[in-house]
Amino acid sequence: MELTHAEDVKKHVRVYVTVFVALLALTIVTVTISYLNLSVVPAIIVALIIASIKGSLVASYFMHLISEKKLIFAALILTVVFFLALIFIPLLAMSDRIH
Amino acid sequence: MEIPYTIKARPDTGLFNAKLGIWLFLASEVMLFGALFSSYILLRIGSVEWPHHVLDVPLATVNTAVLITSSITMVMSWASLMMKDFKKYRLYMGATVLLGFGFLIIKYFEYTHHFHSGELPSHSTFFAIYFTMTGLHGLHVIGGMIVNSYFWGPGSKMWKTEPERFTNRIEVAGLYWHFVDLVWIFLFPVLYLL
Repeated sequence: MELTHAEDVKKHVRVYVTVFVALLALTIVTVTISYLNLSVVPAIIVALIIASIKGSLVASYFMHLISEKKLIFAALILTVVFFLALIFIPLLAMSDRIH
Repeated sequence: MEIPYTIKARPDTGLFNAKLGIWLFLASEVMLFGALFSSYILLRIGSVEWPHHVLDVPLATVNTAVLITSSITMVMSWASLMMKDFKKYRLYMGATVLLGFGFLIIKYFEYTHHFHSGELPSHSTFFAIYFTMTGLHGLHVIGGMIVNSYFWGPGSKMWKTEPERFTNRIEVAGLYWHFVDLVWIFLFPVLYLL
């Protein structure tokens, strides 16, 4: 993004506002759904999908990941792999418990 | 000694150094918060019952909106510098700091309410992980506010001498601030809604 010109930035500003409105709308949606008394598993799935969409919007546009260099993606892919290990290895350990 | 590649991209990485630095730092932050989310899952699976909607959802929804708003003011402060508008930069950066402060004030009311009701971290597994996760997140908000206040105040002198370097600094501070917002986007449903 270091070569971005002032004209491009003006276009970006419109995108930022759109993302901002989308984030607020998704917040209202997820709060509303939480009052619908869904059973636990679908409630968790829906809430995490909405949170992931919001998170992707922030990372892609506010942190302008969509136009970022390859090296950052490489570092982030590695991070995702380790993050998933961090989340799932303890779960595997639980399913393997001796009763 | 001059710090290398503060403006121009390093040929081998294609990035100015601070940008690669902040992304690697954020990657380590993912692991820090990831460990806590992992703990949360284990604690929740291992518990007999888990409270639903015991926290103040409307207040936290307002706080989510406050933090999201602070994210757009942050990106607008950087965009203002890209358009060489220093006055607007000061306005947006000032708003970002104030919104961060607003977030902490609301959090303070939430915390004191819990303390008065005897809902201390020792009250239950839920409150233990709630205070750990929101407490660590709150510390990150305070850290970001300190950096942003510096760049709003004394640190902004650099705009006159090295405008491009200063713009890059705001971009990097922004990446951190958006990350703090991103963590909250996941904390909010996990702790308040589910």
